[in-house]
Amino acid sequence: MQAWEGFKPGRWVDNIDVRDFIQKNYHPYDGDSSFLSSTSDKTSQLWKKCQELLRAEYRNGGVLAVDARTPITITSHPPAYIDQELETIVGVQTDQPLKRAINVWGGLRSSIKACHAYGYEPDEQVVDFFKKYRPTHNDGVFAVYTPEMKLARRVGIITGLPDSYGRGRIIGDYRRVPLYGIDHLAAAKERDLELMNKKMGSHSIQLREEVFKQIKALQDIKKMAAGYGFDISNPANNALEAVQWLYFTYLAAVKEQNGAAMSLGRIANFLDIYIERDMKQGFITEIEAQELIDQLVIKLRFVRHLRSPEYNELFAGDPNWVTESIGGMGVDGRHLVTRTSYRILNTLYNLGPAPEPNMTVLWSENLPDDFKHFCSELSINTSTLQYENDDLMRRYYGDDYAIACCVSAMKIGQETQFFGARCNLAKLLLYALNGGRDEMTGEQVGVEASVYEGSILEYDKVLRRFKIQMEWLSELYVNTMNVIHYMHDKYAYEALQFALHDTTIHYYMAFGIAGLSVAADSLSAIKYARVKAIKDERGIINNFVIDGDFPKFGNDDARVDRIAADLVKDFISSLQKHPAYKNAEHTLSILTITSNVMYGKHTGTTPDGRQIGQPLAPGANPLHGREEHGALAACNSVAQLDYRYARDGISFTFSTIPSALGVVKEEQIANLTGLLSGYFKQDAHHMNVNVLNLETLEEAMSHPEKYPDLTIRISGYAVHFIKLTREQQEEVIMRTFFKRM
Amino acid sequence: MLGRIHSIDTFTTLDGPGIRTAIFMQGCCLQCKYCHNPDTWKAKSGDSKEYSPEALMHIIMRGKPYFDASGGGITFSGGEPLLQHDFIKEIFVRCQQTGISTAFDSSLYVSQNMVESLLDCTDLVLADIKHIDPIKSLNLVGASNESNLSNIELINNYQIPIWIRYVVVPGWTDDVKDVEAMSRFITPLDYVERVDLLPYHSLGKHKWAMLGLEYKLDDIHPPPPGQMIKLKSIIEELTRKQVVIHE
Repeated sequence: MQAWEGFKPGRWVDNIDVRDFIQKNYHPYDGDSSFLSSTSDKTSQLWKKCQELLRAEYRNGGVLAVDARTPITITSHPPAYIDQELETIVGVQTDQPLKRAINVWGGLRSSIKACHAYGYEPDEQVVDFFKKYRPTHNDGVFAVYTPEMKLARRVGIITGLPDSYGRGRIIGDYRRVPLYGIDHLAAAKERDLELMNKKMGSHSIQLREEVFKQIKALQDIKKMAAGYGFDISNPANNALEAVQWLYFTYLAAVKEQNGAAMSLGRIANFLDIYIERDMKQGFITEIEAQELIDQLVIKLRFVRHLRSPEYNELFAGDPNWVTESIGGMGVDGRHLVTRTSYRILNTLYNLGPAPEPNMTVLWSENLPDDFKHFCSELSINTSTLQYENDDLMRRYYGDDYAIACCVSAMKIGQETQFFGARCNLAKLLLYALNGGRDEMTGEQVGVEASVYEGSILEYDKVLRRFKIQMEWLSELYVNTMNVIHYMHDKYAYEALQFALHDTTIHYYMAFGIAGLSVAADSLSAIKYARVKAIKDERGIINNFVIDGDFPKFGNDDARVDRIAADLVKDFISSLQKHPAYKNAEHTLSILTITSNVMYGKHTGTTPDGRQIGQPLAPGANPLHGREEHGALAACNSVAQLDYRYARDGISFTFSTIPSALGVVKEEQIANLTGLLSGYFKQDAHHMNVNVLNLETLEEAMSHPEKYPDLTIRISGYAVHFIKLTREQQEEVIMRTFFKRM
Repeated sequence: MLGRIHSIDTFTTLDGPGIRTAIFMQGCCLQCKYCHNPDTWKAKSGDSKEYSPEALMHIIMRGKPYFDASGGGITFSGGEPLLQHDFIKEIFVRCQQTGISTAFDSSLYVSQNMVESLLDCTDLVLADIKHIDPIKSLNLVGASNESNLSNIELINNYQIPIWIRYVVVPGWTDDVKDVEAMSRFITPLDYVERVDLLPYHSLGKHKWAMLGLEYKLDDIHPPPPGQMIKLKSIIEELTRKQVVIHE
């Protein structure tokens, strides 16, 4: 076959096995970044037009236009262009770039709300249709939710659940389409159907229907691509086609689904094989290779979904988590850095910094030094990278996994997860004191018990009460998730993304924690200081008098770090007691996105002295201002949290000013590299790196128009700083910037 | 033996090469007019804490993965760290046994035996030159500079790498003639690897007020960048050594 000419054959020829294809055909690149090219003229012109559109979108309140008439599907909208002459890679979601469509499958009410938020009226017929004839995922969930689940959701002990929007965090193996073509993939799925157990129970019936939908979705991408004049039935013949086929497939996914995180996977090395082949034959030059990647990235930066205001409060800055995982090591000991790993990072220079795609460097001690330094320098210049420990994750996921969203690892095409937002552990501790009554609303939510008696809090007693509430919450949380994902499969199934998985999939059910450091500090205060509980007129404990000092998370003090580590371990063990939908494996993340602000708003004063309404710390970070011994101590505390018990990721955001990394640039680069190495050597999982001046952020708050590209990393993703609410901006600024004494 | 420590910063990159844990010792013999840590002057103060060598070593060891990865280590600063040279020696010896690089950042306005006691276990000295002129030194920091200069020569003779640190205070230390004289002093010292120029800043001023001390450099502003570059090239030209300007 011409498409595969020059490729080294292997198991990938007869089976769908992209990893094998990559392993047989990629070439590790050991050199530095000097080969990189700047952007082509054509791309510069295109990007200039794009920037005008982006500015117009910002001026228009964050949304350029809404198609409130046509519910989006893979084939709902005709082809459209930004500027066809200048586009090497084509395809946008709707009939106009940046125009957002309604995606109703997740929930009608939230779609209507989202339209109204931006001054649009959803089409009457569409509303009528979904009201009368076609229940949504949200309808399904609420038909089944128990009163207890609804209450837990409302008071915010469990929130952000994907029960009215697409769950996301599923990575289709978008590489399969360029490598094999649609027809081959569809035929393989047909064969799976044939081989399936014909005994019809609820599971096998469900699976048959799902695979049937997958095949239809594959046919739909073909139609969509045909609209743009491409026939993607067969494999891609060259690098241009490989990028275009891959992008069409991803585009179809973000048309079909408005999942919170629609991550890309690990595409750079796959594309590198095509680029190398074309270059060897003299078909393309470096500048053309860079053009392909620049143009792909432009398209990824243009992905848009219509979100409701509540959603934006949880996930600020309009993120899509188009996460691309870069680097890492192969299990055979060769590193997985190619020239295209550099090229995709180089887009941050060519097009300027931006939050998307969410560039994620899979860090290994054994990555080439040049690549490590290139990444560190990029972090110092742009604050757009996150780093995750490949030496740690490779043990669990091999060498062809990718990160979904922020910190969720999964084997591409073989594993996926059911996203479960997070519960508020700080609030749960207050439930333990108040016998399950909510400290804000006064309602009975958790296990009913007496309010803590006596005024001085005793550690053992509190812990015992806490465990009881934890058991209750775990069961409720698992059951709630089971409802959500059953209904999501039923009413908003991601047919295309699952078509790009093996038919037999390993599922994770990803639970989450917010407020870990506040919960740990509170327990530490109770254990090591004297904490007096004060009741209000409702008889609810909502204030504390703390006498004496106590160890605080973030200072590398084993006394409190162990409390935090134990909380994580206890919680996952407790969750595991309750079976999960589709036999999913329970995992846990310590990640908040920006929701730590919202969670804090709904959490009363805590025994560590944090006041009512104050933000919780983001992810696994220590609470703002509690680190007394500098950055290493904070890093070391977070590194004490064992990934084994938080397999869905442990997010840590490190923010510093450039001068704190060293006097001259070379020193800064070397020291940041050293910081990452030292951190990850201790089996720590994740680090967001921000290198910024506080003054710049303050200036950007007063003059946002001057800082359209200012990008910062927050708990697992990057955002344009000016797109955060004022409250969130203030929280970012309040958060410790590590400075010297 | 206990060390009295003002504070510990587990992550600094400005006090020697690589990532370093800096230990700021309590107590100082000088009263530099521009000091940004006047709260370290007194031998004891409210916020300082006593550490046993074991307790401090525990904290230091936690930084080892970072030191190894970045070529860093520990730096004793202050205050005047050498006032507690016995304690530092205890720590330095232990550090060298575990392969952690050792440095101290001192005014060197101390007696020779204090310096000598540490030379066997020190990998790098960050040596202040407050002022090359003895009288001006007296005015600026409250003491003449003989011990400062002779200690630097002592360390150099002992073949320990030295980074000179010089704070540029407009009207006080930025006279070209003084800087030239300082350069001539440094030039023959083979073990001086680099010279760090630190522009004066008033960030520590609030601490003076808090301590009820009168801040005498109120009308002094940080030197303009052009002035720093000019002094840098003067020193470079005369000494042929690396000169680095801090922020």
